[in-house]
Amino acid sequence: MDKLVSASAAVSVIEDGMTIGIGGWGPRRKPMALIRELLRSPVKDLTVIAYGGADVGLLCAAGKVRKVIYAFVSLDFMPLEPAFRKARESGVIEVMEIDEGMLLLGLRAGAWGCPFIPTRIGLGTDVLKNAPDLALVDSPYDEKEWVAMPALRPDVALVHATRADRRGVCEIASPDHYMDDVFVRAAKHTIVAVDEVVPSEHFHDPEVARRVFWERNCTQAVVHAPGGAHPSSSDPLYGFDVQHFKRYSELLAEGGYSAWADAFLGDSEVSYQSAVGGLEAIQSLPLPVY
Amino acid sequence: MRFTLAELMVCAASHIFDDEGEVLVTGIGLLPRLAASLAMRSSNPDLLMTDSQSYVLSQPNAVSGLESHEGQANENWMGFARIFDNVWSGRRHALVGPSQIDRFGQSNISALGGTHQAPKVQLLGVRGFPGNSISHANSFFVPSHSRRVFVEGECDVVCSVGYNNDRLPRGYSFSDIDVRTVVTNLCVLDFNGPNKQMRVVTLHPGVGLEEVRDNTGFELAVADDIGETTMPSDEQLDLLSQLDPLNARARQLKNNPAGIRQAEEPQT
Repeated sequence: MDKLVSASAAVSVIEDGMTIGIGGWGPRRKPMALIRELLRSPVKDLTVIAYGGADVGLLCAAGKVRKVIYAFVSLDFMPLEPAFRKARESGVIEVMEIDEGMLLLGLRAGAWGCPFIPTRIGLGTDVLKNAPDLALVDSPYDEKEWVAMPALRPDVALVHATRADRRGVCEIASPDHYMDDVFVRAAKHTIVAVDEVVPSEHFHDPEVARRVFWERNCTQAVVHAPGGAHPSSSDPLYGFDVQHFKRYSELLAEGGYSAWADAFLGDSEVSYQSAVGGLEAIQSLPLPVY
Repeated sequence: MRFTLAELMVCAASHIFDDEGEVLVTGIGLLPRLAASLAMRSSNPDLLMTDSQSYVLSQPNAVSGLESHEGQANENWMGFARIFDNVWSGRRHALVGPSQIDRFGQSNISALGGTHQAPKVQLLGVRGFPGNSISHANSFFVPSHSRRVFVEGECDVVCSVGYNNDRLPRGYSFSDIDVRTVVTNLCVLDFNGPNKQMRVVTLHPGVGLEEVRDNTGFELAVADDIGETTMPSDEQLDLLSQLDPLNARARQLKNNPAGIRQAEEPQT
């Protein structure tokens, strides 16, 4: 089965009102080429689940989002994501702000077909007050109360991997695959953007096969998007673009979403990449050091 | 000047981990990370620490001047999902810098003012604070001890559990909660006052109790044997210059004050 499709064909399955789960973490390995394709599309009223960075910021700024389910939205070296901050402070989006681990448990429940997973996390905090949907349950085994973290089931998961073959076997060669595997398993449909499309023989090497974190029957579409994580990182191929994030932050502060979109978005990934300095420049961005 | 206030705070914070045994220590922010690294290099080599990415290290990385993660002293891989397995086991102690702390030891990094629908200032979100606080020991690092941080009422968004009877989950007691130590630019505090009240344990050299009280929005207990914060040893200062060769610690506190109040001018 050949799953290789264009970005626009891949995201055309996303309809108004759907829930999308986005892989990566803050400024790291975000499926930005797919996000940009969503920004070019008319889709709206999305519910977004993410360990958020500029993916969440841009979708909010562009008015695509009804609700965000998150634990943070941050660019790490810039602790506060400027577009998300603006959206929150203007009160235009609905939110479910939960702990990082609760988000993981919700996705696991979704992946495992459980209605919820009981956890201590959230007890005693305003997470429960601010997310009245979160129910407390009794345990059959002790006298304590437990938070019933509900299953999170994205209609579509968007992730960025290092490499894949046309059948949807995906390699993440970065130091961390974050929660991408759990997003993929929780979702009904998964679109994976990759820097490189490789022949299936690439996976014969057992070391490479160990960097495959979900099976190909969890992947429905593969998009060839070299440099497609920009401005986030795709370690070990390239780091995140600090200069671009600074410019992004300035443009959003000064002229809002349209200032950024006019300067960079373009009508395709090719025009985006030429606006940010070209694919070679992206691929030579140094890896971050912490 | 032999040492700066930042170095005094880092050394004081490193002592939090002296008797912690084999826990994963996480210092968020440059000075907390330096404190954890110092502890691992001096008083408690059994600590576990990450490279702030996906590996546990047997020797902490430098907090400045590191050009690559290649060649670091990896001990095991531990991606972000796996960190939670460790967190929920309780074998961890985090040192973090919240925007607000209240009299219960509850803290806030999520948002300030306004409403949940439209906060006046959106900060980070609750991140991992709820899970950390119900699972393992937590200590706080406060570079600017003020009533803006040590708030009069409850935190605007309670992100972490503290010693608050009104919020105690069913089946829980204060002994299930471990808010340990607070290190500020004025003093060191713990929660060993009456009924887990926040308590001043030591004052930094040249700081008076009144100054601490004036800058705290609630009543504090005071240790019977209140003393002066231990000053950094030469060995600690030497380790700090190894762990932070570019002296990034000098740029963390405004004007980089001296470690002893009376010592006149700040240095660069």
